[in-house]
Amino acid sequence: MAACSVEELLAKAEQEEAEKLKTISVQKELDLDFDVGNLLACDKNRIESRDFKEQKKEDFLRALARDNTQLLINEIWKLPTERVEEAIVAKLPEPATRLPREKPPPKPKPPTKWEQFAKLKGIQKKKKTNMVWDETRVAKNEFNRLKNIARAQKIKTPGVGLLPRTKQSKDELSRAVSVAKTSTASAGRFQDRLPKEKPPKNAGKRRKFEPLIGDFSSEKQKQLELLKVMDSKRPKLDITKAVNKQMREEDREEAASKRKGRKGGAAGRPKGKGGKGKGGRAGGGKAGGGGKRRGKPGKR
Amino acid sequence: MAHSDGITKPKTRRSKRFLETREPKLLENVKNAMIMKGGNTSQTVTQALKDIYSLKKPNAVLYKKKNITRPFEDSTSLEFFSKKSDCSLFLFGSHNKKRPNNLIFGRLFDFHVLDMIELGVEKFVSLSEFKISKCPEGTKPMLVFAGEAFEMDNELKRLKSLLIDFFRGPTVPAVRLAGLEHVLHFTAVDGKIYLRSYRCLLKKSGCRIPRIELEEIGPSFDLVLRRTHLASDDLYKLAHKQPKALKPKKKKNISHDAFGTKFGRVHMQKQDLSKLQTRKMRGLKKRKGEVVAEEEQRSEPKVAKTES
Repeated sequence: MAACSVEELLAKAEQEEAEKLKTISVQKELDLDFDVGNLLACDKNRIESRDFKEQKKEDFLRALARDNTQLLINEIWKLPTERVEEAIVAKLPEPATRLPREKPPPKPKPPTKWEQFAKLKGIQKKKKTNMVWDETRVAKNEFNRLKNIARAQKIKTPGVGLLPRTKQSKDELSRAVSVAKTSTASAGRFQDRLPKEKPPKNAGKRRKFEPLIGDFSSEKQKQLELLKVMDSKRPKLDITKAVNKQMREEDREEAASKRKGRKGGAAGRPKGKGGKGKGGRAGGGKAGGGGKRRGKPGKR
Repeated sequence: MAHSDGITKPKTRRSKRFLETREPKLLENVKNAMIMKGGNTSQTVTQALKDIYSLKKPNAVLYKKKNITRPFEDSTSLEFFSKKSDCSLFLFGSHNKKRPNNLIFGRLFDFHVLDMIELGVEKFVSLSEFKISKCPEGTKPMLVFAGEAFEMDNELKRLKSLLIDFFRGPTVPAVRLAGLEHVLHFTAVDGKIYLRSYRCLLKKSGCRIPRIELEEIGPSFDLVLRRTHLASDDLYKLAHKQPKALKPKKKKNISHDAFGTKFGRVHMQKQDLSKLQTRKMRGLKKRKGEVVAEEEQRSEPKVAKTES
C-alpha cells in the first residue's frame, strides 16, 4: 500500500511540475534568435497567411507577441542576478547585433611637446597646489600652444625670432640681429655694421661631419695615418705644451693666493712657499709626466 | 563648427563639456532622433510623429515647424539639422496625393545619410485611443521581430537593423527585472509590417520565471514598404568599423578547434631525458640479490685479467 502511494505521489509531483512549466513553456518550430544585450528576439518561423486571415488580426498578433515575449523573458531570467538597493537586477551581456556607429572612431591626438618630454624622462603627473598668477608665463604658454597647434596642423612657422616676453636677453637679441642680417639675398655679406658692433664670433656650423660613404681614398689615408701614429711609439702627450700649461696654472694659483694673502695676512705665504719649493724630476724622455723647472725651457 | 582644441577654444567649462559630448568617442552615446514634418502633413502623420516621439523620449527632438525638403532627392538640409542638433537618426513625416501618410525612417553616419526607408501608414491607432495606463517614459523596450521576411528580404533586413537602432534606447549593463514592461512587436507578413506596442504583466507561475500577459497600450501601425535608399556596401562596412581598443583582448595560449574544443598550450623547460620517469614494470625491477650477482660478475673478469 505504501509503495502504491509513493508511486502515486511521484506521479502527482511530476504532473504538477509539468503544469507549472506549461504556463511558461511555448512550443515553436524553430527556436528564436536572442540578443539579450539589446533585449531583442527574432522569430524566424513562417506565419501562415491563412491563419492570419482566419482569426482577427489583433488577436493573432497578440497571441504571437505573447508567445515570443514569454520566450524572451525565459531567456532573460536565465541571466545572473544581483540585488541593488531593494531591486533585483539581471546583468546583461554585451549587445550582439552589429549596428553602425554614429561617428567614425576617434583619431589619436598627437602628444604635445611636454607629453613627449615627460614620456622620455619618465615624469609622472603630480597634483599641483594653488599656483600664483604669473604674467610672463602666460605669454610664453600662449606662444607654445600656438606652436603646438601649428605643428599638429603642419603650418609653417618662422624658425628664429623673439619670444613675446617682457624683457629679452642679450643673447636672444644678438641672435635675432644676426639672423636678420644673414637673411638677405647675398647672405649678409654686404650688410654694413654699426660703428661699435663686433663681428660675429661663431657664425656658421659648429661641427662638421663627414658623410658616411664619402671619399674612400681619403678615408683610407686617414686610417693609415692613425695606424702610423699608433705605431710610432711617440708619446701622445706633448711635453712642452703640458709643462707650459702646468706653469701657467701655477702662476694663476700664486696670484690668487697672493691676493688672499694680502687680505688674510701671513697665513697665506707658507702655502705659497710650499708650492714653490716642490721639486720635481726634469721632464724629458719617454717617461712622460710633467717636470717642474723654474726656468722656461726652450721650444723644441 | 567650433572644435575644442582647435583655433577656437571653448571659453567656459560648460561649453567644453558640451563639445566633448559631441566629439567621436570609443563608446558612443545613445543615438538621438530628430522628428520633423514635411511640406504638407495630414492629421494621421502629425499624430503618428507625436506618438513615436513619446516612445523615443528623452532621446528625441520633435520639430514643430514644417520643412519643405524632399529627403530622397536632397539630403543636405537633413545633414545640416543633424550637425546642429547632434542627432544620427531621423523620422520625416509627410503627406501628398502620390504618397499618402508617408514616414521616412533614416540614420546618418558622420553627418551623412547612411540609410533611408520610406514606409506608408495604412492604419494607425494613436496612443490616446488606448484608455489604459502607459509605461513610464524612458523604459528600455523589448524588441521582437516575427516573420521570416525579416531574414529573407534584403530591404527588410536593413529595416530591421534600422528599427533596432531607432527603438533600442541606451545600452545598459544591467536591467531591473520588474522594470521589463514595454514590448514592441514587429510582424512582417503578406508584404506588410505590423507594429504593436504592449505592456508586459508578469504573472505568477509555479516557478521562478513569470508568466507573461500582454495589454496593448501604445500606438499601433500597419505599414507598407515604399522606397528605400540603402547605403553602399563599403560605406556600410565603414560605418561598422569598431576601434581596436574595443576589441576583446585575446587570451594567449588558448585556441579553439573547429568542433569548439578548447586547447591550451603549456610551455615546458628543457627536460633531462635520462632522468625521465617512464612506466614502471614490476617484473623488471632490480632486486637486492641480483645487484650483488651483477657486481660479482663485473669484478670477476677484472680479477681474471690480472692473473693472466
